[in-house]
Amino acid sequence: MRGNNVMGIIFSNLHENLISQITELRTMGAVPFGGRYRLIDFPLSNMVNSGINKVGVITKSNYQSLTDHLGAGKAWDLSRQRNGLFILPPFMDPADYANRVKTFNAIMPFLKNASEEYVVISDCDVICNIDFQDVFEKHLETGADITLVYKRDQLPAKIQNPTVFSFDNKGKVIDVLVDPAITGSCSFYMNIMLIKRELLMDLVNKCIGKNTMSFKRDIIQGEYKNLNMYGYEFKGFSPVITTVADYFNANMSLKNPDVRADLFKADRPIYTKVRDDQPTKYGLGSKVSNSLIGNGCNIEGEVDNCVLFKGVHIGKGTKVSNCVIMQDTKIGANCNLSYVIVDKDVVIRDGKTLAGQPSYPVYIRKLSIV
Amino acid sequence: MYPKQEVVAMLLAGGQGSRLGVLTQKLAKPAVPFGGKYRIIDFPLSNCVNSGIEAVGVLTQYQPLVLNEYIGSGQPWDLDSMNSGVRILSPYQQIKGTDWYKGTANAIYQNINYIDRYNPNYVVILSGDHIYKMDYSKMIAFHKENNADCTIAVIDVPLAEASRFGIMNTNPDGSIYEFEEKPAHPKSTNASMGIYVFSWNKLRKYLIEDEDTDGSEHDFGKDVLPKMLEDGQRMFAYQFQGYWKDVGTIDSLWESNMDLLDPNVPLDLSDESWKIYSRNPVVPPQYIAEGASVQNSMIADGCDISGSVDFSVLFSNVVVKPGAVVQDSIIMPGSVIEEGAVVQYAIVSENTVIGKNAVIGARPEDIEDKDQWGIAVIGDNLKIGAGAKVAPKEMIAKDIEGVE
Repeated sequence: MRGNNVMGIIFSNLHENLISQITELRTMGAVPFGGRYRLIDFPLSNMVNSGINKVGVITKSNYQSLTDHLGAGKAWDLSRQRNGLFILPPFMDPADYANRVKTFNAIMPFLKNASEEYVVISDCDVICNIDFQDVFEKHLETGADITLVYKRDQLPAKIQNPTVFSFDNKGKVIDVLVDPAITGSCSFYMNIMLIKRELLMDLVNKCIGKNTMSFKRDIIQGEYKNLNMYGYEFKGFSPVITTVADYFNANMSLKNPDVRADLFKADRPIYTKVRDDQPTKYGLGSKVSNSLIGNGCNIEGEVDNCVLFKGVHIGKGTKVSNCVIMQDTKIGANCNLSYVIVDKDVVIRDGKTLAGQPSYPVYIRKLSIV
Repeated sequence: MYPKQEVVAMLLAGGQGSRLGVLTQKLAKPAVPFGGKYRIIDFPLSNCVNSGIEAVGVLTQYQPLVLNEYIGSGQPWDLDSMNSGVRILSPYQQIKGTDWYKGTANAIYQNINYIDRYNPNYVVILSGDHIYKMDYSKMIAFHKENNADCTIAVIDVPLAEASRFGIMNTNPDGSIYEFEEKPAHPKSTNASMGIYVFSWNKLRKYLIEDEDTDGSEHDFGKDVLPKMLEDGQRMFAYQFQGYWKDVGTIDSLWESNMDLLDPNVPLDLSDESWKIYSRNPVVPPQYIAEGASVQNSMIADGCDISGSVDFSVLFSNVVVKPGAVVQDSIIMPGSVIEEGAVVQYAIVSENTVIGKNAVIGARPEDIEDKDQWGIAVIGDNLKIGAGAKVAPKEMIAKDIEGVE
């Protein structure tokens, strides 16, 4: 289904400080994930698979790797004559994107010129395969002004300004807490909402007029009594990336076949830019177990409980266990790595040993030579 | 107005490839999957792009659907430019009648208009059933240096095999004085690779003449090239060094896939400077489960391996269940090898299910009568029942019931 009167806006630049090492050289949306993806592939594919064919991507700084990844949007079928992908960096001053309200104000021309009646807004910190078409149908069914996608779980420890909802028995929001001291399970906002485009513009204009700049406090919390806000519970696999350990664990959870089935559905595939590598080569004497492996790898050693991105080399006599190894990293012979996140294009010379802990994986920076 | 192209390539992709049996039942030979993620046509198409050729005509005739869909706009090979790029050229109705492509030369003849609009100096004729990496620009430079009318790429083959090829006998300067089609007693080992460079004005004239020649089969090898030689045109043999394989038979297709696993074979697909491009499926990375064993194999995205895989090439989305064994085999996209099945020296086509404990093919050392041994081939979208047996060299085109 094409052209269902909904457009998408993705914030590719938020929550970066939580995994500052990995985002040192890239924006949140460009963080590599799961052997071949970037985090933005998930919201972007979800939108495209739900029939959305106009997506604006907000990005503030460090966006070279993001724009390189997105290109003209071809891989997501968003390189189109009508609509397609719009990359929206700050017009002149990054301060225009200081917060969510200011950002919406800064992209007001993009919002005004759109013809779609509805907008889906998503961040890049939650990895999931969600059907926005279903969210949209529920939105129409409840007659909501705003539908807020939430998850019922314990709050992730380092989550920033979590927004927690209470609902009446019809799913209508009757209370909103921002950053509450709460233990146990609660219904927290996944930073994904569906709203009428005109209403979004009105709410943003109102905030700008009053100089109230918190999207969560001044719009969601401030307006829930005046507007019909409904929740949409997402029950599928949906880890929130708030720490390097979360990132590591989310990668590792892909070894579980149920998780893969939930995230990589054949009828709602996750698209990504392809590099056209050759298939992965497994050498004589290689030993691979319980691992997710991208194309173009060359494996001569032992790989156990790992996620290997495309183009990784593992030398003879090397043992890599419980590691996330990103694109094109070359690990020499007779190395021993465990609980390590190795970023892109790293060279680990022969005979090196690196070890982290399950709760605290070691991180090796992009382009390092060890 | 089309911008002039110095070189136009014409890729002959209309052949049925009948020797590949069930593998080419529903698709043309150039569309046969190869090397874990490619199709055969990726090689000549990528060679064109890497050689700087911007206009490529692909001549299709037999079962073109899969091939046409695969080539699409030509975007994966960067052949989707505004006024050039790849064009699918199928036979068409003309004022004076309708013809299929009657031969390789006739196929080019029928598309003179396509070539003319680029006003090229040279035309490269390629075929869609060879696996090799070749810089055509070097061959064209050789053609220019010799002021040739036609240059034929040749490769040195062992004398014992020379009688299977078209052999070019040359003078010391490389000029050709004689062709011998599959000679019983070859005089040289220069086998034609089926790759020709022509000066377009010469070829154009010969194609028109050939079309009007009674009794001609309208074939390059049988008609056009002999006629040009007879007329004393400047014809040269261009020596190619490197890996080249005609994958027109089951054995050669199997061997060429296996060559990818041999580090001593000079066909490196990871070479960034001469990349082989292809259309990529949208699938997650491959997963190798606990207890799986994978040795000396090539495995593509989307595979899920729990069994044992040895000396094999697995395409995308292949599933090898626990206890299944795949050895010295090629498994094409989406096929499933169920628990306990054993697949040896076999080619399994796309989306086929090999049932539990089925036995497909055998190792040559396990067969007493060596004449009975060969690669077993299973067609696409089939179900081989649990416990069924497929003997070596067999070719299966229908479902097989399970045996209890």
